[in-house]
Amino acid sequence: MSILVDKETRVVVQGTTGREGTFHTKQMLDYGTVVAAGVTPGKGGRIVEGVPVFNTINEAMEKEGINVSCIFVPPPFAADAIMEAASSGIAVIVCITEGIPTLDMVKVTAFLKDREAVLIGPNCPGIITPGETKVGIMPGPIHKTGHIGVISRSGTLTYEVVDQLTRAGLGQSTCIGIGGDPIGGTTFIDHLKRFKEDPQTAGVVLIGEIGGSAEEEAAEYVRNEFEKPVIAFIAGQTAPQGKRMGHAGAIISGGKGKAEDKIMALEKAGITVAHNLGRLGKTALEVFK
Amino acid sequence: MKLHEYQAKEIFRRFGVPVPDGSVATSADEACMTAETLNGPPWVIKAQVHAGGRGKGGGVRVVDSHDEVKTATEAILGQPLITKQTGSEGRKVHKVLVEQGVKIDQELYLAMAMDRDAARPVMIFSQSGGVDIEEVAERSPELVLRESVDLETGWMPYQGRSLAYSLDPLPVPETLKNLMSVMDRLYKVFMSLDCSLAEINPLVITKDGKVMALDAKIDVDDNALFRQKEISALYDPMEKDPLEREAERNNINYIRLDGNIGAMVNGAGLAMATMDVIKMAGGEPANFLDVGGGASEEMITKGFEIILGDEKVKAILINIFGGILRCDVLARGVLAAAEKVGVRVPVIIRLEGTNVEEGRKILEESNLEFMVAGDMAEAADLVTRQISQRIQS
Repeated sequence: MSILVDKETRVVVQGTTGREGTFHTKQMLDYGTVVAAGVTPGKGGRIVEGVPVFNTINEAMEKEGINVSCIFVPPPFAADAIMEAASSGIAVIVCITEGIPTLDMVKVTAFLKDREAVLIGPNCPGIITPGETKVGIMPGPIHKTGHIGVISRSGTLTYEVVDQLTRAGLGQSTCIGIGGDPIGGTTFIDHLKRFKEDPQTAGVVLIGEIGGSAEEEAAEYVRNEFEKPVIAFIAGQTAPQGKRMGHAGAIISGGKGKAEDKIMALEKAGITVAHNLGRLGKTALEVFK
Repeated sequence: MKLHEYQAKEIFRRFGVPVPDGSVATSADEACMTAETLNGPPWVIKAQVHAGGRGKGGGVRVVDSHDEVKTATEAILGQPLITKQTGSEGRKVHKVLVEQGVKIDQELYLAMAMDRDAARPVMIFSQSGGVDIEEVAERSPELVLRESVDLETGWMPYQGRSLAYSLDPLPVPETLKNLMSVMDRLYKVFMSLDCSLAEINPLVITKDGKVMALDAKIDVDDNALFRQKEISALYDPMEKDPLEREAERNNINYIRLDGNIGAMVNGAGLAMATMDVIKMAGGEPANFLDVGGGASEEMITKGFEIILGDEKVKAILINIFGGILRCDVLARGVLAAAEKVGVRVPVIIRLEGTNVEEGRKILEESNLEFMVAGDMAEAADLVTRQISQRIQS
């Protein structure tokens, strides 16, 4: 078991004919992901890396029976791509695109409210169930099949954490990047709920960063409803106020979103916080042994 | 992207939000000429920098004669303005806004902001304006009112009423009407310009019952600049540190900090975490630098040059977890930079991920002197030790 994606997953890549789309279509195929279709409006009929390209998701759905989408569409058109996937009944939408205007995401959030689709991202590395399928841009070989769930707001930081887990002998059930934007499709809590029900997952690592209050809310949820062991890391403990640390969402403004407040909330909920990223693997071994 | 007050006020004027008469000036003579066209005394001279707390820092002056307009402008222009938001170096003032003084009866607070958790814009209103709104929210939260906006309907008149009629004592009907009109127009500014914040503090009620934006702050969503061409044109590069400007031109995410350990990292989260481990090992990061997921060799070279451009830097830590960015590309970029600008400080490199073996080999076969760290903790220890040794010797 795992959550959201597994070996049955049939992926459609939106924006598959672009540079990034083509590169990662190949990377995903190499990992063993079933990339069943690509979509680029106006480029239907082409073949990219052996994958048939369609003009619309509906068409791809009809011909190839896809259920998960991976979006590489440029920022101005990404919101539209998410909505197209959701309206066609795609179950899981993974949006890699970085730089989508926040107001577009406000509209997307409202659009998804009464629909079934789960949006992962935007501005995220994607989701991987090691050994089964990879829907995103993370390097496959650092992952290992196992029992730890990973949920993260960051990209390369997740690779760092996963690498340490793997080296410590701790494989992963599913790793999800929820993205570094102010408004994302899903939160820590959405996925904690899934890991709670997943028998393969024995414990969870949360990787947060400064800005917003998603970590505090996750802490509250873990305290009340999540019984598996959880460890957490918060990036940006030394970040100055008012400076945007790369991610649009990573900013301490008006005294809110500070790392120390998040760490305090997490520890109060009984979560082990790894203060030093360099030693996260060791901490994980102690907690998950 | 932040706008200057005078730019934000121009936009307010265009959207029908009343602002005091005034104009921007870059010299004392120009300021005097502007003052002559305005009603007064008094006049107000306001330093135009992207930082709050200008009043307390001496960047806002109320004057009563043309001579004083001149001396006040001369005192502000060309000088660094230090406020609680600028750091100790302050921010050099290149422009002032010269405005007609206004007789204030009451100071309010009004802002439209993005509520991340609700994924909706929110109007924030308080009858306690002219002061730090965060402090008001902490001290007396009941004085800070919010109205969340449903994009399907947009800002509705009832929402304006529910905020405006909270005022105690209640202003005359004409003033209330004007206040609700400002709310409506502020919403339009926010939506039309892809703002992340549009704030008026204070929004004043004048002695003659008018409602007017005495200050104006607009932050525009950087991600939306591609469709806000007019706003992009208002960008003021002088507000940025020269190295930050150079980084921006090269699409590198760089923020200059006060420490002496330069860091080059791929990915924003990992870059933040690298700053943190440096600090925990007893060092002080000189910068945040994310070369990005798919950086080219040229970008790596540029990033390295920018770090070395900061004279405070006494050692450099390169921490790369190759994903899309390959370690061999990183290695070649670093070598190119070392050749071009020379490396005057110790370099500690921690490489992992895609093509790591090739990357290490390229570095080892080069003339570059560097130290290799096995993991992040070791890297941070090594780099801080370099600093303390240099200080001792």
